[in-house]
Amino acid sequence: MSDALIVVVLLLVAGSATAAVAQRDPARQALVLSFLGVLLAALFTVLQAPDVGLSQLAVGSALTPLLIMLSVRKIRRRGRSEEEDG
Amino acid sequence: MHVLPYPVAAYIFLTGCYGLATSRNLIHAVGCLAVCQSATYVLLLAVGYRDGGTAPVFSDMKPGSRPLVDPVVQALTLTDVVVGATVTALLLALVLQIAKRHGTVDPDELRELRG
Amino acid sequence: MNRLRLWLLAVGGAGLAALLVAACLDLPGFGGSRHPYGDRAVRAALSRHTANTIASVNFDQRAYDTLGEMSILFAAVLGCVVLLREARDEHRARPEPADVARPVRRYALLVLPVALVTGLYVIAHGQLSPGGGFQGGVVAATALHLLYLGADYHALERVRPLGVYETTDALAVSSYLVLGAAGILAGTAFLANTLLPYGTFNTLSSGGTVPLLNAAIGMEVASAVVVLLAHFLDQAVEIEEEHGRGTP
Repeated sequence: MSDALIVVVLLLVAGSATAAVAQRDPARQALVLSFLGVLLAALFTVLQAPDVGLSQLAVGSALTPLLIMLSVRKIRRRGRSEEEDG
Repeated sequence: MHVLPYPVAAYIFLTGCYGLATSRNLIHAVGCLAVCQSATYVLLLAVGYRDGGTAPVFSDMKPGSRPLVDPVVQALTLTDVVVGATVTALLLALVLQIAKRHGTVDPDELRELRG
Repeated sequence: MNRLRLWLLAVGGAGLAALLVAACLDLPGFGGSRHPYGDRAVRAALSRHTANTIASVNFDQRAYDTLGEMSILFAAVLGCVVLLREARDEHRARPEPADVARPVRRYALLVLPVALVTGLYVIAHGQLSPGGGFQGGVVAATALHLLYLGADYHALERVRPLGVYETTDALAVSSYLVLGAAGILAGTAFLANTLLPYGTFNTLSSGGTVPLLNAAIGMEVASAVVVLLAHFLDQAVEIEEEHGRGTP
């Protein structure tokens, strides 16, 4: 039973990792990465590592995507103000 | 089922590497590096798993009553998850500096600028 | 040129994949019952009255390794602060307060204290239940930023005197070092867990120096994440470059 669960979550993780790499727009990639973070947290919990699951949930699904989003916003804002400059 | 998690970890790592090498945007490359990192977590925790084992936490369980998974690899992974995030932040800060100095985050355009 | 690079990537990737698969087939099978290091770590944790074996590995048996991880964290945050500081050709523009939808505002302000307390709880019970300084620090620090969602950037800046958090970060690092050095003064070794009594198993004060080191890490991670997010938010929201290079 738990073996089947592990296999299913593993394949989901592999799938969303592929999606995160294939998504070339960084803002959308941040969303996929946050989804990947949640799946990894689920995988770690299934593998009986609640400590790691907890930190992955906090870091992978919130902190890293947030940092990427903020960087994207900064670079977009730069691009826009340079266009206005002419 | 016996070795399935290891090739999955290898697959995630190689996918991340492919993304890194073909990326057209440095922020996207940093995201791919985060994918590579998660491959190592999967590998480490898979090495430490034991069939029918439970988490090595004794706040609600008598010691010795059930088989336990390996706590050493969990401790390694745990610290790296948090430290890895701050290293990602450092890389993003470098990308922001590059964008400021050169006005682009495309690695190919950056190479042309230098040459 | 581009095609050459793709070919090189394909060849290298295929070689690496072959090596990795060969290595995977040679690893001990998934879910095997032989974990010599794990068994010894569990025994050592129990002998030192630490209920959460992972906390024992991090802050007792491998406390020296955690010192290294902590230095990486500290150095990375320091690097970010230096790279993202306001440069001479930049200025701060006050962002206009944006209208927040009422349900969002209410939800964020309701969840904020809950999340903050959860983070502190997770730090405090690190040696007993799953959790600890690394996880709880991130939770508490990100919880603070719900204020940005619920109110606006000014409100966040008021409850977040950046200098205090930067000082706390440095203080936490040095308190970890001081706790380690206290071991030497007590006559044993750096970061050896012999300083304090091990206490009653499964209570908050059990585990000798584990709760103290755990609290130091919690403080460091929480203030590090606050400082990091503050600098990224400053860059994304406030700091702008000067325009029109020709004008005086």
